[in-house]
Amino acid sequence: MKFVNFINKLDKRWIYLLIALVVIIPFVFPVGCPMKITPPVQSIYNYIEDSIPENGVLLLGVDYDPSTMAELHPMAKALTYHAFYNNVRVLFVTMFPQGSGMGQDIINRTLEHWNSINPDMPKELGKDITLLAYVPGFSAVILKMGENIPATFNEDAYGNKLDNLSVMEGIKTYDDIDYMVEFSGSSVVLSWLIYANGRYNLKMGIGTTAVSAAEYYNYLQSGQANGLLGGLKGAAEYEKLLTDKHDFSGRNDASVGMDAQSAAHILFILLIILGNITFFIKKHQEGK
Amino acid sequence: MAISTNIWIWIAALLTLAIYSFLYKDNPFYKFAEYLLVGISIGYGVSIYWHNTIITKVYNPLVHEKDFLVIIPLILGLLMFSRFFKSYSHLSRMPIAFIVGAGTGLSIPSSFEFLFKQVQGTMPASLDVGNLIIIVGVITTLVYFFFSMEHKGFVGKVSRIGITFIMIAFGAAFGYTIMARISLLIGRIQFLLSDWLGIIK
Repeated sequence: MKFVNFINKLDKRWIYLLIALVVIIPFVFPVGCPMKITPPVQSIYNYIEDSIPENGVLLLGVDYDPSTMAELHPMAKALTYHAFYNNVRVLFVTMFPQGSGMGQDIINRTLEHWNSINPDMPKELGKDITLLAYVPGFSAVILKMGENIPATFNEDAYGNKLDNLSVMEGIKTYDDIDYMVEFSGSSVVLSWLIYANGRYNLKMGIGTTAVSAAEYYNYLQSGQANGLLGGLKGAAEYEKLLTDKHDFSGRNDASVGMDAQSAAHILFILLIILGNITFFIKKHQEGK
Repeated sequence: MAISTNIWIWIAALLTLAIYSFLYKDNPFYKFAEYLLVGISIGYGVSIYWHNTIITKVYNPLVHEKDFLVIIPLILGLLMFSRFFKSYSHLSRMPIAFIVGAGTGLSIPSSFEFLFKQVQGTMPASLDVGNLIIIVGVITTLVYFFFSMEHKGFVGKVSRIGITFIMIAFGAAFGYTIMARISLLIGRIQFLLSDWLGIIK
């Protein structure tokens, strides 16, 4: 009974401290937990690998802000590198004002890193990659992109006229986009699925936060999306697929966190079991 | 180990610690970081709207390209500000009516098509175990949310199966939520240990 009372009266700050330690220790002493590639992640990878031709166009929607950056940023980075390896042009688009900052950060980091490790095949802003300027009113923007992408945005996020950019060569509507992956933890994903996929048949994959992943599995089953990256685990799986094929010397942001994720999950399972046991013991004692 | 010498990394790291200090107890550092976030988010949003909307979509077409059609949406937009003046506030209904009308018109056909695809997804071509679970899950969950009949007898039994499916869905969503929250902590810890303190690569 002493132990039950101790657990019931435990200051929650001790649990916060425990979680912090469980997350920090695996970073310092990594174990390298095994990871299985799930079919929804493999599906996105395979599509980019096999179905987008050289100099094709990959549209990446960065509809998130710093609050979900930890999960979605590694996904967007991994897909950008994948496009670079396959000589596929990358267009970033955002329906969130804060998404502009996210997109520019990915472009800066990936270009800088890529050009440092691949000086013989450098990538260039405006030629291989760019971020379209933010335009408010996402439903109208997504619909208008189906009619005329350059007229929807006029310029990229760096103030360059889209007509003058070689990355935009031959891109007029969704018909000229080979594939799109939408990264978001919000309902913007649905707008893309309703308008871009439903109305204009744009082939789509989804990259979403773990919180929203369960919700978006429906769209895999119905065939509206061909793949799904769910949370940090989805990003880590994609990084693994990429590093298995390519000699990638950069930091795999998602993969390095997987040990900490597993450790934290074990702690949570133990805490839930412990909490339930003490709850039922207390209930039983009170019933006597 | 190489501690960062970049001032912005230091600012980001100290603000992260200020936010996490709330877990111990509410304090002025947390309050400062919280207000700073709200202020900067609004300022950033306003500057993005100014450059990407007012300048690109209104000023440039009107002044440089002499596209006077822009005046129509501009007037509609300005009418929204009539809400600040009691005697003219009714004028704001015009742009609202336009937004509601156009938005509804645009979304209804596509939304129906979208919904039909979801319904189609519950009508599989082959009847294997997975597909059977989907069919039973959809029907029993819908019965649970059918409130025109009392949940007794056969309907009661079916709705109880429905709530089992709902509970499983909640469990999956809760598991994913834990994963998401831990991921956010991992992201910050990774930043502190790597970008700031240089303990890990």
